[in-house]
Amino acid sequence: DLFKHIQNQIGKSIKVQKNKTQLMVGVKRFVKKLENISDDEAQEILEEKNYVAALGLCTQDPMGNGSSVSGGEVYSFQTPKRSSKMAELASELAQTPGQSVAPDHSECPEKTAKAPQSSKRSSSDKVQQRNKKKEFVSTTPYRLRKRLTAPDPYLESESEYSASCSEEDEEDQKEVSTVLSGQKTPAKTKAASTPPPRNTLAKKNKNKMCEGMFSDNKLSQTLHDLLKKAPLAYAAEIKELNQQHERLFSKWMLQLHLGFNIVLYGLGSKRDLLEKFRISALQESVHLVVNGYFPSITLRSILNSITEDVLNHIGTFRSPPDQLEFIIKRFKEDSSLELYVLIHNLDSQMLRGERSQQILAQLSSVPSIYLIASIDHINAPLLWDQAKLSLYNWLWYETTTFSPYVEETSYENSLLVQQSGSLALSSLTHVLRSLTLNARGIFRLLAQYQLENKDNPSYPGLSFQDFYQQCREAFLVNSDLTLRAQLTEFRDHKLIRTKRGADGVEYLLIPVDDSTLADFLEKEDEDL
Amino acid sequence: SFLRRSHSEFQEKTTEWTCRMKSKEIPTAALVLGVNVTDHDLTFRSLSEVLQNNITPYIAFLEAKDCPGVKKLMQKLMGQLMNCYVDVDSSEDEDYVQVSHNRIRCSMTSLINWYESVTKKTDSETPSKKRTSSSRHWQSPPVVVVFKDMESFSTKVLQDFIVISSQHIHELPLVLIFGIATSPMIIHSLLPHSVSSLLCIELFQSLSCKDHLSTIIDKLLLRASFPFKLGEKVLQVLINIFLYHDFSVQNFVKGFQLCIVEHFCSQPVSVLCCQLVDAKKRETTQKLLEDLHVYHENYLSVLRCLHVFTSFLPKYPLGKQIRELHCACLENQVWETEEYESSLQLARMLNKSDLVTMLQQCVEIFVSSSGKEFDNTVEKLKEFLTQFQKLEAEAFQEQDVSVSSQKELQKKTDLYHLQKTLLELKESRRYKKLTKFEMLRFDVVDYIDSLVRNYLVPANHKTLHEIAYFNTASVLREHLNAAPRIALHTALNNPYRYLKNQELKSDEGSISNKAPDICIVYKLHLECGRLINLVDWLEAFSTVVMAAEGPNADAASSDQVDDIIHARFIRAVSELELLGFIKPSKQKTDHVARLTWGGC
Repeated sequence: DLFKHIQNQIGKSIKVQKNKTQLMVGVKRFVKKLENISDDEAQEILEEKNYVAALGLCTQDPMGNGSSVSGGEVYSFQTPKRSSKMAELASELAQTPGQSVAPDHSECPEKTAKAPQSSKRSSSDKVQQRNKKKEFVSTTPYRLRKRLTAPDPYLESESEYSASCSEEDEEDQKEVSTVLSGQKTPAKTKAASTPPPRNTLAKKNKNKMCEGMFSDNKLSQTLHDLLKKAPLAYAAEIKELNQQHERLFSKWMLQLHLGFNIVLYGLGSKRDLLEKFRISALQESVHLVVNGYFPSITLRSILNSITEDVLNHIGTFRSPPDQLEFIIKRFKEDSSLELYVLIHNLDSQMLRGERSQQILAQLSSVPSIYLIASIDHINAPLLWDQAKLSLYNWLWYETTTFSPYVEETSYENSLLVQQSGSLALSSLTHVLRSLTLNARGIFRLLAQYQLENKDNPSYPGLSFQDFYQQCREAFLVNSDLTLRAQLTEFRDHKLIRTKRGADGVEYLLIPVDDSTLADFLEKEDEDL
Repeated sequence: SFLRRSHSEFQEKTTEWTCRMKSKEIPTAALVLGVNVTDHDLTFRSLSEVLQNNITPYIAFLEAKDCPGVKKLMQKLMGQLMNCYVDVDSSEDEDYVQVSHNRIRCSMTSLINWYESVTKKTDSETPSKKRTSSSRHWQSPPVVVVFKDMESFSTKVLQDFIVISSQHIHELPLVLIFGIATSPMIIHSLLPHSVSSLLCIELFQSLSCKDHLSTIIDKLLLRASFPFKLGEKVLQVLINIFLYHDFSVQNFVKGFQLCIVEHFCSQPVSVLCCQLVDAKKRETTQKLLEDLHVYHENYLSVLRCLHVFTSFLPKYPLGKQIRELHCACLENQVWETEEYESSLQLARMLNKSDLVTMLQQCVEIFVSSSGKEFDNTVEKLKEFLTQFQKLEAEAFQEQDVSVSSQKELQKKTDLYHLQKTLLELKESRRYKKLTKFEMLRFDVVDYIDSLVRNYLVPANHKTLHEIAYFNTASVLREHLNAAPRIALHTALNNPYRYLKNQELKSDEGSISNKAPDICIVYKLHLECGRLINLVDWLEAFSTVVMAAEGPNADAASSDQVDDIIHARFIRAVSELELLGFIKPSKQKTDHVARLTWGGC
């Protein structure tokens, strides 16, 4: 179902057929559009029109360029930050237009939820803070007390400042506390706990990851619904901004045809912009849209869609370089072949690798393949060395759109998903259900052991030898080789993680939080 | 395509060196190409063309990234060799070769077998074909293996390959070529003595990238026949990118291409930028265009002439390369600059032989130039030259005089007199000789100065310079040397720059609380240390947002509003994650780690 995300729309010139036919190849889920272009002349006319339109375009950038910012501002040194700074800034910001701050929202019911973990956490923090306590006791007892009730999350940065700045800090703290005192303590408890409303929100994201695999994306829908209710700020201005970019379309076409490739950067999703470009300029030509942000996009799938759907080649290749060679050869042989490749997020997790970038760069250097891509990550330009840059032959365009990254972030293994355990319960059961009974038994053993040790904060995991012993006793494996093979399979499904301890022993861990694991075991018991 | 021209020197070179590659050891050419790695491809391509045409059909190019081990290397090598064999033979059984090269165990012996079969095949072919092939190639053409990027190969692979192939050198005439980016010393640091002694290394130094750039500038920019010109700023940007970023001639050419595109796209009058012959069709502008053209012709000749002078001067006040001089002249009236003043001063101190050779060069330039106004100039310069010759003759005579006076001196024995006459002699001689020479020298320099003032007027003082000159350097910098990080920084810190809404207007450094969510979240996260507590962050965010929405929103502060804020926060945070500012942290629950320092 991956191909669903590589929409491949192919326009072919069919001279016999005059009427437009739309062909849906349901099995492969490819959207193939067969549109008839009368012949190449139409293409030429289009190009000429582009050229003329581009001539009229004035290059004076209405926004100027962002180079007015000095490097020092962008790349400054790390400075120790105080914990209260954020809240401070928030209240400052809140007050700027002369509106009063409303502390009443701390009364929301969800925040009163308190979890047993919180006490544990603050106590462990207490231990760490004890040595600092001595330092401060004489000067600021009030502040310390406050610290202890509201455990400080910034221990690293905290340790960096000396007592000299503590007095100033105290003043800040008091100032802020007048504003925030009502909400600070309950908020902190929430930090340690996982109150129900928050959890559901996290789950909403979680489910998006497995979208397509599981049917219940009702929850992910609610997040979208919520966001839809909130009006998009500055819609008019954003529209204006986008229209400025859209004026560049004809110029892009011209430059693509002249052998350059185009890369778009700047804040905001560039998906819609590229989509508009596709609709307005590429309707009549063969093009390939690659959604780089999709978490399981691979280089091979991109290359496959070129060989199979653009070049109509059936067959497999041993390796991506071979496939690339084939593509290059075909494009060289047949000069009438042209292909536009649109890549949303060329800098995404899956395409970030050196090898994939190398191959994509080589692909883009084929004269009749035109690449237009977008990047978002701040360090994306570091992906390319001189050799790749010269292959890509980029022209950079700043297209700051300020549009929300709706699609891009919905697939991403979002941080809020990973916060609550990298694997959802549903995916855990789903994977396990496809395994043999013995394999499930093995996993259960590990899960049970991990739950038994959940109160031990320095639990390193179950060592391989112990695990083997246990499995033998339960008649689950007969040699350590079979166990190893099983573990490899778990690891491939990201069900377990192995770590080497200080003594060189291999420890096994299930990277799922305890509550999920308990839920899972419960469910498993039901099944059995 | 212009780059090709600059690489033509290689082609001449290659023909020489392949002849020399005969030895008991493996003949090896170490080709020092310089750091502009991106340009190497073109060099190699032209090299392979030359080799293919003149010496051998069997060439294989190996790149380090394809060869992690000797086995892979051999596979790649055989694949390339056998493919090129197919090309030469143009045989129909391509499938056969394809299959075989997949199946054959890639070893040196199979390679040798292949080589023998190929060479025999060519021998047994029809005589006519044989003759053509033998006339083009040697009797037993060597197999050339090119290591494109020698430094990146792993030492072991290289060593093994060399040792193995040295064993078979008698059956398989192998020639290695190393492409080297750094210095030839790298061979010895990569290969131990026992291995490098198997090689018979000949070193070839390619021209530096600077020289290539000069050629290109000379052939493209400093030609009157090519109507398109670069403005001062644009040229400066291109040269800066070259010197400070990549040393890549290819990129320079790319930049130049972009200039052309932009010029013709954005400048409406650029339609007139064409060859003079075409331009003549349009009557009204014809005169002006002709003027411009004549100006160019004159400008370039005088520029070259001035360059002859300035490049000789100590410390090069106006630059060593002609491009620097060109920039200086384009920027403003060059004769008003301090550098020009000092270089004139220095020119007044040149010695005679230098001056004469320079003048001769200038004469050559003017004679070869197409400008019509230079007849007088040539005359004048020639006159200077004859005057110098006269001076020389005079000096010769004087020499005679002094010799005779010295003879007189010998007669005298009085020490005091001797000294006195010597001094007199010296003074008079210097005075006399220097005045004449100096006068002439002043004349020459003044004349050059007048030429400069007449002809080296900056281009933007000329009518219609917009037609030929591309001047929007900002466009160029934007598209070639972009700063995506700065763009992000600006967008996040100062959204008003993009979204022209009065509410967003704020002072430098601060941000309005009505800014887009992502800006607020970003701004808040700047205040944190390495780890950020998500809940604190959310609190702060909702404080700001609630305040921005005003009291009426507060009144309706229900669950729903809170949920919406919550959702907005999640969206903004995951957007920040996508942008690479934060990442989830395993160290603490409900914390994320910051990935950037300070401002951005």
